[in-house]
Amino acid sequence: MTLRFLPILSLLAAIAMPLGAAQAQAPLQAPATERAPDTMAARVLACASCHGAEGEGTSDIYFPRLAGKPAGYLYNQLVAFRDGRRKYPPMNYLLDFLPDEYLKKIAEHFASLRPPFPPPAVPTVSKEILARGESIATAGDPQRGVPACAGCHGATFGGMEPAIPGLLGLRASYISAQLGGWRYGTRTAAVPDCMQIVAGLLTEDDVKAVAAYLSSRPAPADPSFAKQGSLPMPLSCGSEPN
Amino acid sequence: MPRTLKALLPAFAAMLLLIGVTQANAQDAALLKKGEYLARAGDCIACHTAREGKTFAGGLPMKTPFGTLYTSNITPDPQTGIGMWTSDQFFQMMHNGRFPDGGLVYPAMPFGSYTKVTREDSDAIYAYLRSIPPVKQRNREHDLKFPFNNRSLILGWRTLFFREGEFKPDPTKSADWNRGAYLVEGLGHCGMCHTAINALGGSSESQAFEGGLIPMQNWYAPSLTSNKEAGLGDWTIEEITDYLRKGVSTRGAVYGPMAEVVYNSLQYLDDEDTRAMAVYLKSLAQGTSPEKASIPLPSAESSLLLSLGKQIYDRECASCHGAVGLGMPPHYPPLAGNQSIQMVSAVNAIRMVLNGGYPPGTSGNPMPYGMPPFAHRLSDDEVAAVVTYIRTSWGNRGEPVSARQANELRAATLN
Repeated sequence: MTLRFLPILSLLAAIAMPLGAAQAQAPLQAPATERAPDTMAARVLACASCHGAEGEGTSDIYFPRLAGKPAGYLYNQLVAFRDGRRKYPPMNYLLDFLPDEYLKKIAEHFASLRPPFPPPAVPTVSKEILARGESIATAGDPQRGVPACAGCHGATFGGMEPAIPGLLGLRASYISAQLGGWRYGTRTAAVPDCMQIVAGLLTEDDVKAVAAYLSSRPAPADPSFAKQGSLPMPLSCGSEPN
Repeated sequence: MPRTLKALLPAFAAMLLLIGVTQANAQDAALLKKGEYLARAGDCIACHTAREGKTFAGGLPMKTPFGTLYTSNITPDPQTGIGMWTSDQFFQMMHNGRFPDGGLVYPAMPFGSYTKVTREDSDAIYAYLRSIPPVKQRNREHDLKFPFNNRSLILGWRTLFFREGEFKPDPTKSADWNRGAYLVEGLGHCGMCHTAINALGGSSESQAFEGGLIPMQNWYAPSLTSNKEAGLGDWTIEEITDYLRKGVSTRGAVYGPMAEVVYNSLQYLDDEDTRAMAVYLKSLAQGTSPEKASIPLPSAESSLLLSLGKQIYDRECASCHGAVGLGMPPHYPPLAGNQSIQMVSAVNAIRMVLNGGYPPGTSGNPMPYGMPPFAHRLSDDEVAAVVTYIRTSWGNRGEPVSARQANELRAATLN
């Protein structure tokens, strides 16, 4: 009995030995079998190093929070960066060869996320300037025809579907850079370009005040954006169908 | 009876006419479809459409070392486009690089490659371009530095670098190989980037497909003939076709200028043509597979660089590319054994670390995975360290890179 199995055993051993040896010698040659996770989060990891893994923003003062902004707004920005209307070379480069449908999915992904808001910024401006910012943001400056931010972006500044962004969780430097971009025409949107009109009415001091006020606001109790058409917009916007 | 027949005659004639017309329409439709397909293979749209501009209306600035050229309107508008051109004149442009009035075309238009295109294919592209909506948009004047704004200089360039002539099939090779060669050397104009461009803006035939730095863009177009670079000698046909058509493969993914080519052109080619290109490209590879690593014993300095590099790699890269560089193909490309990382030129590897990148979104890979940029998170020393580590680990045989090389590429044009 034992004798009969011996040849088989030695044959088995002969097969097993070189196999084991090969494995020990060349572990690096083993084919990678692991697949990248089939999730949006894995696909947009490229965004994370500047915008955070959940689009919450990072310590860099010029990289905005993306999470919870309406998908239409995020999509418009992705298209604008891809097509060169909005200019920031690292973004223009990354999005260059991504089709509309995918950009839509990326926008919906970040719009659906609700990571915690950063702690509100401690204002570095005077109380008067902060008060001026609050007054423009909540009531506008009717004498100069400046509408309130809240008129379109909502009383809690959460934005409105489909394409008006929320204004909280952003840093003062980012907000003032964007308002500056609108004022000088380096940032534009679909005609009628309401933000260009509004920003054109603001002075540099106004911009500083509004940016300081908005960045100092605490996280909203309800971080979602308003339903489409629920806010009486004081002027019409090419990006926001009425 | 005869009266009835007589009455029926016009109807009969009309029917015959209708059949004739339908046939002609079907022929036209087939021709237009072929022309559209070939225009894709030639990637006309990439240069002849400006950002946010109308399709084929031109106006895209092309920066060259000699100044900026603006591409032309190739829609059928009679005044500002090519609506008045005959098919002969169109062929003359494609084949010989001359405008209808005999004027010389700047060689940014790849007529050095398109000259290989057959008359029949040129006519199909012509028919297609006549069928697209005309756009009235005047061509913008080129903005070239003296003396390059003198078009007669092109004559000299042509004498040195232009060889007119339709593609001649090689009867000793397969039909696939010949079709692939026709597409790669002709409409595909792959040689425009993958053959080194010299100081005169020309590329020499003897160095065809040997690779080179793309002027102004600062991406390195690897050699297609050397297995040490992008030579595809040890790739399978499927790996090559995936790479060309989907933009990702188990061997690597396309980024930068090649992503543009896949996005606008190669993803639209059919199975047979993609395969033919793969067969031809694979045959270009000369010699054997890459030799084994021959890294000299590390000096104290480079071992310091390597240990910093490993530290950064383990922290920032390993979660996707794996502890030993195997990646998770095709979406997280392998780094071990990846030719593009080990090339003599480290430009592409450094750029990928600095700027990250997305492969193109294609029908075969509609939702690509992106590599994050690290320019703002890593110093020049750290970029050099991690790129050196990747280029020299796991059997990779690239040369170390310096912080200075990393620094220089921070200023590279991004798009």
